[in-house]
Amino acid sequence: MREISPEAREKIDALLKRYPVKRSALLEVLHIVQEEWGYIDGEGEETVASLLGLEPVRVHEVVSFYTMYERKPVGNHIIRVCRNITCTLLGAESLIHYLKRKLKVDEGGTTSDGRFTLETVECLGACELAPVMQIDGEFYGHLTPEKIDEILERMK
Amino acid sequence: MSLVITPWFGKVRIEDYMEAGGYRGAKKALSMAPEEVIEEVKKSNLRGRGGAGFPTGLKWSFVPRDSSRPKYLCINADEGEPGTFKDKYILRDAPHLLIEGAIIASWAVGINTAFVYIRGEYGKIALILEKAIEEAYARGFLGKDIFGTGFSLDLFVHRGAGAYVCGEETALIESLEGKRGQPRIRPPFPATYGLYGCPTVVNNVETLANLPAIMEKGGEWFASLGVEKSGGTKLFAVSGHVKKPGLYELPMGASLKSLIYDYAGGIRENRRLKGVIPGGSSSPILKPEEIEVALDYDSMMKAGTMLGSGAVIVLDETACMAKVLQVITRFYAHESCGQCTPCRQGTSWMAKIAHRIISGRGREGDLDLLKDIARSMMGKTICPLADAAAMPVIAICEKYREELEEHIREKKCPVERE
Ligand SMILES: Cc1cc2nc3c(=O)[nH]c(=O)nc-3n(C[C@H](O)[C@H](O)[C@H](O)COP(=O)(O)O)c2cc1C
Ligand code: SF4
Ligand code: FES
Repeated sequence: MREISPEAREKIDALLKRYPVKRSALLEVLHIVQEEWGYIDGEGEETVASLLGLEPVRVHEVVSFYTMYERKPVGNHIIRVCRNITCTLLGAESLIHYLKRKLKVDEGGTTSDGRFTLETVECLGACELAPVMQIDGEFYGHLTPEKIDEILERMK
Repeated sequence: MSLVITPWFGKVRIEDYMEAGGYRGAKKALSMAPEEVIEEVKKSNLRGRGGAGFPTGLKWSFVPRDSSRPKYLCINADEGEPGTFKDKYILRDAPHLLIEGAIIASWAVGINTAFVYIRGEYGKIALILEKAIEEAYARGFLGKDIFGTGFSLDLFVHRGAGAYVCGEETALIESLEGKRGQPRIRPPFPATYGLYGCPTVVNNVETLANLPAIMEKGGEWFASLGVEKSGGTKLFAVSGHVKKPGLYELPMGASLKSLIYDYAGGIRENRRLKGVIPGGSSSPILKPEEIEVALDYDSMMKAGTMLGSGAVIVLDETACMAKVLQVITRFYAHESCGQCTPCRQGTSWMAKIAHRIISGRGREGDLDLLKDIARSMMGKTICPLADAAAMPVIAICEKYREELEEHIREKKCPVERE
């Protein structure tokens, strides 16, 4: 089993004090572990399970339910493009095509240089900026192909 | 016009918030008896801003006063209903308004622990809120012996991880317990059996953000801002084909038409209006001739739709209704938690049919089939997600029938320009 860093361990210990029931910390602990390792595979699930004293299957069913947990290695930056209603009305589909062609990946894929993973997601709660995407949790709105070029260029 | 929430935007640091009068409402509430606070909130006609519009004071009064077990407040910051982005502004631009509201609600109900369940995609915003919570602890507004009253409250931020259904209150509770977000069968209701099986209040962010003003200026004042059964103002998140998409605060009962044309600038490039989805993607669409309606829970219901979360999505003549149908049905199929057969199968069938229409493989009778499936899903499931998926489909199929039929017949989009 892989070990997590002392810093992550510290965060998790602090977290556990909040909840009367250890299992409650599961989603947060998974976030912390994912921030550290980039993704959570079977081994990651086992690590988290032992931290919280849970059966690994309890962790697995949670990891597979929520869309933000990555279950295989991802690129340095995760691009999440919204494909929901407002963004679609304002051109999201063609931007998703554009990104796929530019990065030479399909939805869920990672570029061959390992820099970017491309995901399509549901409404990000930023429809006033539509069409919109998130990269590493930061919002980028009013997208055009030119703007996407610029943003990705800066991520080098 | 009196506004309740937006004037606080920008007062992110506790110094700025207090200089503008922040935390006075909480102080006043804690000098009153909890029952008096609940009474004041009842008088205010405040209704839940999460979508269902349930009277807040009444909801609180269902929680047992004396409980041998702890009680919890779950603050719903999941904000997943497509089109909705209002709570983000409160969390990011006036986090203390939410913290103050949480103190008031907790005092009224007798709660000592509260969790903000914030959608995972708002991770960066969660950091702003956490900083504000630290500031509040440092001033003694959270923690032990708040304002020297002996009352204590802990407030924690808990991130979700991407699942729309977790905005539903019992799924939220399950998720907070470290489980899959699968709604629970009710009864029992959270008021008696919620988080860890303890009495629990689930309230939306915007709902709580109204409480400081209600405490300071009184329930009657708040009620007088709105209409008969809906007090106060409401945040409206306007998006789509308008000139000025964004967040607007208007009194309950304001006109939808005025929101679109006077506030959001009207339709972009002066195109023609085609329809308005007035309360998040699950609310039935209104046609241009139907938008002279008042924005409050009861008027919207009478108009055959819902105020919902106040997310107004505006569509102009370039919108293809088959595309809208496809996006909406795909969303709910993706988000169904799968526990109930009518929801799991119904949403996935609707998505398949909508997909074949947009792909030029639609069949005669598909619209009736869609409506039949939608009707068969309603009122038969554990949570209202199935209804939320069905309602917009019925409305779109009925109100844009001709266009959709043409789409099916011609096997291509009648709207799309060259
Ligand atoms: C599928 C579904 C999704 C929901 N999503 C949210 C949400 O994101 N935010 C929210 O506050 N309420 C949401 N609700 C409503 C909650 O179940 C609940 O009514 C609300 O949080 C109660 O707070 P209020 O009384 O202050 O409105 C959702 C309901 C359903 C059925
Ligand atoms: S209605 Fe749908 S989302 Fe709600 S509990 Fe049933 S299957 Fe899950
Ligand atoms: S529809 Fe794209 S952010 Fe809401």
